[in-house]
Amino acid sequence: MRRAVIEHLALGLLRGMTMMILLATVLLLGSIAVGGARVITWEFLAGEPTEGMTRGGIFPAIFGTICITLLMIVMALPLGVCAAIYMTEYSGNTRTARLIRASVNNLAGVPSIVFGLFGVGFFILFIGRSIDAVRGGGLLFGQPAMLWAAATLAVLVLPVIIVSTAEALTAVPRSHREASFALGATRWQTVSRVVLPQAKAGILTGSILSISRGAGETAPILFTGCAYFLPRLPVVHLPVPLTGLSIPMINPLDQFMELSYHIFIMATQSTDAAVTRPIQYGTTLVLVGLTVLLNLSAIWLRARYRRRPVTR
Amino acid sequence: MARDTATTATVGTGVPARRRRIRPGEVIIEAFLRLNGFIAIAAIALIFVFLFKEGVQAFQTIAPGRFIQGNELDFDNVPQVVRMWQPVGTNPKYSIIPLVLGSFLVALPATLLATLFGVACGIYLAEIAGRRTRELVKPAIELVAGVPSVVIGFFCLATLATLVQQTLGNVYRLNAFVGALGVAFVIVPVIATMTDDALRAVPDELRQGAHALGANRWETIARVVVPAGASGIIASVLLGMGRALGETMIVLMATGNAAQVTLNPFDSVRTMTATIAAELGAVPQGGEQYRALFLVGSILFTFTFFINLAAELAVARMRRRLAL
Repeated sequence: MRRAVIEHLALGLLRGMTMMILLATVLLLGSIAVGGARVITWEFLAGEPTEGMTRGGIFPAIFGTICITLLMIVMALPLGVCAAIYMTEYSGNTRTARLIRASVNNLAGVPSIVFGLFGVGFFILFIGRSIDAVRGGGLLFGQPAMLWAAATLAVLVLPVIIVSTAEALTAVPRSHREASFALGATRWQTVSRVVLPQAKAGILTGSILSISRGAGETAPILFTGCAYFLPRLPVVHLPVPLTGLSIPMINPLDQFMELSYHIFIMATQSTDAAVTRPIQYGTTLVLVGLTVLLNLSAIWLRARYRRRPVTR
Repeated sequence: MARDTATTATVGTGVPARRRRIRPGEVIIEAFLRLNGFIAIAAIALIFVFLFKEGVQAFQTIAPGRFIQGNELDFDNVPQVVRMWQPVGTNPKYSIIPLVLGSFLVALPATLLATLFGVACGIYLAEIAGRRTRELVKPAIELVAGVPSVVIGFFCLATLATLVQQTLGNVYRLNAFVGALGVAFVIVPVIATMTDDALRAVPDELRQGAHALGANRWETIARVVVPAGASGIIASVLLGMGRALGETMIVLMATGNAAQVTLNPFDSVRTMTATIAAELGAVPQGGEQYRALFLVGSILFTFTFFINLAAELAVARMRRRLAL
């Protein structure tokens, strides 16, 4: 009898604590949704900050976030996927593979602010200044810019991409590879035509998660390229010869505004944090909406391909 | 590195070249993939090198003892020993003691709280919840893990700090405890999902054995399943603590950022991460303070490195034990 009561209480306690976590989540997201929903209008999403950042919209920050995550994924995805392919398909369980695995695990545990230090010390001061020294003529690469911020974030999300790609690749049954080899396919033919098509969904999930991670990170970009306010978008117009037209393009050497940085700076360092509270809530809601959407699509995608039978 | 790539290009994956038709395309592709693998290794090596290279240079101008404590003349011109982080001024002080204390004053309560809730949630997911509940709760927990930390920092600053002050009546609105609550929220999903994984790796025979001996569900969980998965749970707690020490935006926004030597969690504190984040943007590059900040970063990196290493060893131990 006493045992049954204890069992009942203990299981109830565990269930209750789980519900409390969910409740806290609802409270957090709810308070942001309520605070932000009042502010979000078309003008807020598509407008620029006005009146000394106390009114107006956040379009430059949205634009900057999209630019930097694009740049980041272009740098990190090919590198991460190739490293994962090498690790799982080529090197087997050799010392190189174990070394890559250990480095990746380690990289995943490095605090994000350390990536910020690394970005300043390595990308801006070492690589950037070296390019400037070789190029001659003034500071161009050796200063905070979107290029370096994106590179810093790329290093940060590299382990996410490598781990998820490696997981997706190892989930492909060994027998499929053996069948392919038996038909006389080379290793690369096997990888590119048998393994990769099956692992596509898993790799896609990993890249969505890493985009969401990169879009939400603030600490690594604090010193590598973010700006409080920029009067123009980080865009250059490349002239097309002979036509007189010009193509607008992201300028990776410019600084940029960014959503998560905008939240941080408006909440802590703006001239009057109380007056700009609505803008802060609105910006937070946009960022949360963006990351939640990305995460939900990753979760949905994963659930979909997990349900599929492994052998067909 | 370059030499390794060259060797691969000639002999492939170790299969004697004479027995194999050499396909230049295959060799080039493998060399390219291998190069990418090495770049990944190089990234971690470079982080380590550049962090410590700048950090160690701090010792060129600052005597090592000054990172523990410094001297300051009081009003009667008598030198006093002070433990302060105050890098700006005529007599800059670089004691890292308040920063390290601040970091742990946030990370320890956060880990404690997150362990309680995270392990409970992990056990619930693995042992109690039905399949359908589980498929709803697990993604929800994963969604929490995806919320950017700056958002949680903003919530702490705007809402939670006031709520805590109204409930507990603490003097400082922003303090270590508010930061710890926020950080706990970030690491609960880490601990919960890893505990869930660890417990689900425990073989069903153990549960069936316990039930056959007359144990009820709770007795099976408490005396059989959790002890069997203990290494995995410990690993999850260690990883969570590593995350807590490295968390930047929440503590920067919610702990008040006053570097002081205190053990009271309701005081304003300043962590190692927040110090770097708050000061690096404003210091001249290559100066004394700049290098001191890199040294703080190196110390932080060392802490988290060993905590993560311990977590990895715990996971390896669990794998070994369950393989038996």
